[in-house]
Amino acid sequence: MTAVRELHFEILRCNPHDPADRPHVQQYQLPEADGMTLFIALNELRETQDPSLQFDFVCRAGICGSCAMLINGQPRLACRTLTSGLPDQITLAPLPGFELIGDLSVNTGKWMRGLSENLRAWLHADNLDPDLDALEARMEPQIAEAIYELDRCIECGCCIAACGRAQTNERFVGAVGLNKIGRFRLDPRDSRSDAAFLDLIGTEDGIFGCMSLLGCHDYCPKDLPLMTQLAFLRRKMLAQALQAE
Amino acid sequence: MKIIHSDVLVIGGGLAGQRAAIAARRRGHEVIVLSLVPAKRSHSASAQGGMQAALANVIKGHGDNEDVHFADTVRGSDWGADQEVVRMFVHTAPKAVREMAAWGVPWSRVQAGDRQVVINGERVTITERESAQGLIAQRDFGGTKKWRTCHVSDGTGHALLYSVSDRVIAENIPVHERCEALSLIHADGQCHGAIVRNLISGELCAYLATATLIATGGAGRLYRVSTNAVINEGMGHALALDSGVACLGNMEAVQFHPTGIFPAGILVTEGSRGDGGLLRDAQGHRFMPDYEPEKRELASRDVVSRRMEQHIQAGHGATSRFGEHLWLDITLLGRQHIEHNLREVKEICAYFLGIDPAESWIPVRPAQHYTMGGVRTDARGAARGLSGLFAAGEAACWDLHGFNRLGGNSLAETVVAGMLVGEAIADFCDAAQPREQLPVGLARDCLRRENNKLAALMEGDGNENASALRSAMQQTMTRHVGIFRHGESLQRAVDELSGLIRRSRQIRVRSQAPGNNPELITAYRLQRMLRLAQCVAYGALLRSESRGAHYRADFPRRDDAHWLKRTLSRWPDREATLPQVEYEALDIGAMELPPGWRGYGQKNHIEHPDSARRETEIANLRQRLQGPALQDALLAFKQQLPPRYRGPNQRIDEDAS
Repeated sequence: MTAVRELHFEILRCNPHDPADRPHVQQYQLPEADGMTLFIALNELRETQDPSLQFDFVCRAGICGSCAMLINGQPRLACRTLTSGLPDQITLAPLPGFELIGDLSVNTGKWMRGLSENLRAWLHADNLDPDLDALEARMEPQIAEAIYELDRCIECGCCIAACGRAQTNERFVGAVGLNKIGRFRLDPRDSRSDAAFLDLIGTEDGIFGCMSLLGCHDYCPKDLPLMTQLAFLRRKMLAQALQAE
Repeated sequence: MKIIHSDVLVIGGGLAGQRAAIAARRRGHEVIVLSLVPAKRSHSASAQGGMQAALANVIKGHGDNEDVHFADTVRGSDWGADQEVVRMFVHTAPKAVREMAAWGVPWSRVQAGDRQVVINGERVTITERESAQGLIAQRDFGGTKKWRTCHVSDGTGHALLYSVSDRVIAENIPVHERCEALSLIHADGQCHGAIVRNLISGELCAYLATATLIATGGAGRLYRVSTNAVINEGMGHALALDSGVACLGNMEAVQFHPTGIFPAGILVTEGSRGDGGLLRDAQGHRFMPDYEPEKRELASRDVVSRRMEQHIQAGHGATSRFGEHLWLDITLLGRQHIEHNLREVKEICAYFLGIDPAESWIPVRPAQHYTMGGVRTDARGAARGLSGLFAAGEAACWDLHGFNRLGGNSLAETVVAGMLVGEAIADFCDAAQPREQLPVGLARDCLRRENNKLAALMEGDGNENASALRSAMQQTMTRHVGIFRHGESLQRAVDELSGLIRRSRQIRVRSQAPGNNPELITAYRLQRMLRLAQCVAYGALLRSESRGAHYRADFPRRDDAHWLKRTLSRWPDREATLPQVEYEALDIGAMELPPGWRGYGQKNHIEHPDSARRETEIANLRQRLQGPALQDALLAFKQQLPPRYRGPNQRIDEDAS
């Protein structure tokens, strides 16, 4: 039986609704428990030590993308981060690049809706109201699986937090945006051409703003193939741009 | 006072709410969706396994149709379901899957030719037909006669939620994220919207609407161990209950999913057993065939969960530092299958357990999973007791699931209910009289009342702590209102919850921080959750029989003679600690499938005298009639469907007649 480890938390806090509050680091101590995740630890801190502490969890199973934060400086999903894999000293900070709601809670939802509106990131099908009594249109199984591979993005914001370009250009659509375009481009149901996609992402705020630092690829919690997607998309968009010249 | 107007107010940004919003919007009505969280983070995303619809594309679905899906669902419900609603549902489900395909869902598709699958622990080769190439594929699920569950790998809920949310964005429907409805604005039997709290600023405002939809999902967090997301606290159920006039149906019907990861309760999809996974005990013995020779691991969830707990009680559980559990073995499916069809399972095992499920067994134990009970509505989703109020999805009890829901029927229900109830809402708005005056005075009164309640929590002189009371409630529910129930322990639960309800009136919020104030959120939600918990416990205490997921060790038989009825709970008196309960009889004379044995589980129910009579009637009808005329004579349902959804569903093996 090993001794229970005492975890030392340093949490970057700020409540923007309190005019008197300024960003500050607050320290907490908590004894580690078996199988403890940051979801369990933060809830325990709030229940037993500080009821005002703000953070976001929804599914607590790594599926919904609500709880991304900087954990010892790295953007990760807190709910599936086991404390056993972390040192005694744990520093938590809100995900950079998003509007702060309070403490570790940021408004990724608002950012992502804006992104979808700007990029028109929905299926542009010729017929959204097919005859629902008839057999569905066929699709090759491999195509369906390849679309799902890209559709697995959970809009958690880790790729934005990990991106040098997104942190210096707030209009940059990031891997999350580019991956969406890649997803719809791959989908045979989407009627848009490369010319239309080039209009959406053929700028410094889009695919040509990417510096290939690939923080997005390294930190994507869903292991999306962002490195190949971004390179592929850049090549296709460049070809389209040259062709249009 | 800030007032926001719309034709339709949708409370809840999951699949049911958003699909209904689209339906009403397309009929020309102005819609606002409220969501506790960004809509794409709703709990719908966590549904992994799939959506049941009788498409019959895979060879193991050959011969499937609406009739088979209907019978599976009614049997699964242990005859608690409303059979008219089940008919409407099974007829619309194939259309829902096909619509979702048109909206972008990357459904897994059929590959013609031979493929290896695992059935009953054996690796066998099946051959998919050329005629099915590229059509939507189905997998096996519990309690079904055919392979019927359409899926996107094991991320079906995520893929559906994203496609529907993207449509909401495309159609420019506003979603007010991080907003919580605290109470309904209603008077004289008419609902006019809701008082809403902004979960960023803490500000209250009034949303006035012609029609209001509750689509807020389940209430799993009444329990300590649940697969549900942390937002599934039943706040939509509470809106209806706290109106004092609307009512909740069958709140004692709570589903426990067989395979929650032990001890965290995170879901491992039923698809793992559907695809051939096995349950094993401490000795590695596959025990389900001993109890359930017919359906084995794929009996309905209530039956499998009960058998698992029974097996643990008999001393066969594996032990870990957290307690006893059993094993889910999917190693026999092979790495290739797991990495393509059970990816979320693989990821969850890796991150939360540190194991590779292609090599190691997964520790599992049943965990609370689904709230069959909900806001009681008619077959078109209109709430009983409040005109202008509707409910859909897990929050509703139009009564598709009765006392046990089949896996794959909830995801299907969200979309189908969104389609159907959305049309009903549009009809209601079309027929509504143009208002001469908005009920602004009423809204102001309601808002003041809510403000006073929050102020009482912030400034009162009580000394109770909401988090502590919440833990006590969850402990009580898990200990006494779980899989095995007994009169004595249920009485104890009711007494404990009554005590907690009284104590919750003395909650004092310590944190005075401006903004959303998480402690205040816990406090006002807990007061509501306690009333819901009491509806569950008290309903379970009164129901002296076993039906579906409601199992009474002291009344182990299903009793159709006395209990073929639905529990309705109201809470008109705020000072009370118990709901008012009444019952609504189910009419066997109107059933297409009269009560009988489910085909799995116990074979010992108490017959209702009308069952045999109805059987004879049905046999006579079947001799005299066939086709649509027979269906109309047995159970006419098409008139309840919007005209656009009445057509027959085409399948590759059937003529489109």
